[in-house]
Amino acid sequence: MNGEPTTMQRPRRIRMIATATAALVPVTVGLTGCAATPDPGTVTVLNSATDAAEHNANQAFFDRCAKPLGLKVEQISVPADTVASKALRMASSNSLTDILELDGSELPQFAETGGLRPLAEVGLDTSGFSDSATSLGSYDGTQYGVARSVNSLALLYNKDLLRKAGVEPPTTWPELRATAKTLTSGNTYGMAFSASPNADGVYQFLPFFWSGGGDEARLDNGKGEAALTLWKDLLGDRSVSKSVVNWNQQDVNDQFVAGRAAMMINGPWQVPVLSAQDKVDWAVATIPVPEAGQEAIAPIGGTVMAVPKSDDSGREKNAGKILACLNSEKNQLAWGESVNNVPTRASAATSYAEKHPELAPFVDLVATARSRTAEVGTRWPVVNDALAGAFQSVLTGGTGPEQALKNAQRQASAGEK
Amino acid sequence: MSTAVSSAAAPAKTVVPGPTGPRRGRHSLLRWLFVLPALVYMTLFFGYPLVRNIVMSFQEYTPRTYFTGEAPFNGLDNWRAVLSNELFADSLWHTAVFTVGSLAGQFTIGLALAVFFSRRFRLSGVIRAVLLLPWLVPMVVSAVVWRRVLDQDHGILNSALQTIGPADGGVPWLSSPSVALLSAILVNIWIGIPFNMVILYGGLQEIPRQLYEAASLDGASPWRAFRSVTLPLLRPVVTVVLVLGFMSTVKILDLILALTSGGPADSTQTLGTVTYQLSFLQLDFGQGAVVGNVLILISAVFAVLYLRANRADFGTGK
Repeated sequence: MNGEPTTMQRPRRIRMIATATAALVPVTVGLTGCAATPDPGTVTVLNSATDAAEHNANQAFFDRCAKPLGLKVEQISVPADTVASKALRMASSNSLTDILELDGSELPQFAETGGLRPLAEVGLDTSGFSDSATSLGSYDGTQYGVARSVNSLALLYNKDLLRKAGVEPPTTWPELRATAKTLTSGNTYGMAFSASPNADGVYQFLPFFWSGGGDEARLDNGKGEAALTLWKDLLGDRSVSKSVVNWNQQDVNDQFVAGRAAMMINGPWQVPVLSAQDKVDWAVATIPVPEAGQEAIAPIGGTVMAVPKSDDSGREKNAGKILACLNSEKNQLAWGESVNNVPTRASAATSYAEKHPELAPFVDLVATARSRTAEVGTRWPVVNDALAGAFQSVLTGGTGPEQALKNAQRQASAGEK
Repeated sequence: MSTAVSSAAAPAKTVVPGPTGPRRGRHSLLRWLFVLPALVYMTLFFGYPLVRNIVMSFQEYTPRTYFTGEAPFNGLDNWRAVLSNELFADSLWHTAVFTVGSLAGQFTIGLALAVFFSRRFRLSGVIRAVLLLPWLVPMVVSAVVWRRVLDQDHGILNSALQTIGPADGGVPWLSSPSVALLSAILVNIWIGIPFNMVILYGGLQEIPRQLYEAASLDGASPWRAFRSVTLPLLRPVVTVVLVLGFMSTVKILDLILALTSGGPADSTQTLGTVTYQLSFLQLDFGQGAVVGNVLILISAVFAVLYLRANRADFGTGK
């Protein structure tokens, strides 16, 4: 600045510095804005308990387990469908929680990364759990996740409507078709299920697909068509609404409660809603099978808790201790009762069935139920979409069952490496 | 904004008539410093994600990447996988139909309403305010309500249709692959009308009344006045409305997810839902990025067209 600075230049210079500084502020904040190291006495949990009641119920169980250990538990809850992406973002910034609660179907993709600690290494004894629960938490033969309780699907029916029509809950597919037809009249469909093109619809399709001999690793093995044909026949008989292709499991329950469906496929998580209303007198039966004498193969669902690897083995140990306590027989039973799901320890499941005989069919199903990821592991999301495509195109009349499963198999194996 | 910049720059030039070497350097430095905040902001929040997204589409970007930080380059694998996926071609077509249909409907009805409300009459303000409602309701809420309205068996739309005509079984609004996309378009038109109406209404207010008086003195019919006065003078606003509408429609996701989840039988899958499905359900971020890039490319083409149109409309000696 040679000579006298003019009056115009001085304020401009100040402003120039100010703007330049202002521009740099976000950059520096961005660099220093890393997460603070968590307190060693606190165990953090990432879960989907965003609902206040659910969050508090969870916290009560965590506190019960953490207090005797001199620890505290802090939950970070995000909506269920964002847990996985939130966890990934946390992993990339090295700030993943000490316990990660994922949907069972998402576990393989996390286990495959090598970022999870095998549960045996954090001192969790997983003997005495039902086989289905063990497979839900396992990837490649190693158990990474533990489920406190699991759910499955069953046939729920409107007792009054069945009594009025003089029919019993169906146990086989031909019976299901006949019964559904009998029960259909006026504004009421005989049957309702979810066939939405997402996880809900696929979850409901699986008990039929599997019971008929379908195989998720080879969709076109020639046995999966039976389930598609059954669904299509039910629709063709007008025993189910054409809208099933849009209904998620909540919609199905709404239809049932409104008296617009005499029977439905649904899970135990609907029990609070069903118990809170007095319009429909309901009961639970197992899902019908293709022929008498066969056993229904239902899918097992629910969340699993995993321990991400940490630089601090003490944190992993603490997480392991909390998990061990949460999964004691007593705590599992209490938790299962609070969320209407079946405890995964075989002994806890037995006492659960004794205390809640109306939900016993779920307990029986869970013992034989199958995990969606047991066979296809990390490829499940792709298979999920392929299966959804198959039943959606069959139900909307686009393709026949056989062609639909051929297409699905092509779609499922397209990304296979 | 542009006027502020030029008036600030003009005196600087007059103060320094014959700029000497260092002084000129200082001034250009000064100018750059004024641009710097915007530049830093754009680079951080637009440039970086854009470049990252392009790079990601050539990488094997999976959950593993987040844990190990490794994202090996896999050449054109992601692009090949996406382009050979039948769903991609379908979704591209659906996106085009959805966008064109939505814009045509929103714009036509929005313009008609704007013209209608530009004449003052009793309660016009109140009715205009009520018409804004679809804009104020969150998209997901609208979609959930519409899902009930369009239900084949119990939706009020089919009930209404059945009382006025013999619609057997009702229209399968959301349960038939041949109707679902149309239903989604209709809902999106309903959502987009207020935006079009408000902006076009604002544009109409700018047109001097005298022009209409002159037109009517020349014996122009109302339709002729609309075509020869309203439309040409409204052109800049029309461009803005259409381009903004295009940008928000082409990337549609939330409406479709809440309305149909892309079904039935993938008939309402758009580029937005396919990206979502690939990235956040299948956790294949590389392939998701490919579809995202296609979406960005389409938007970019239209952004360029918009800028060109804008320059033609507001062009001042450039």
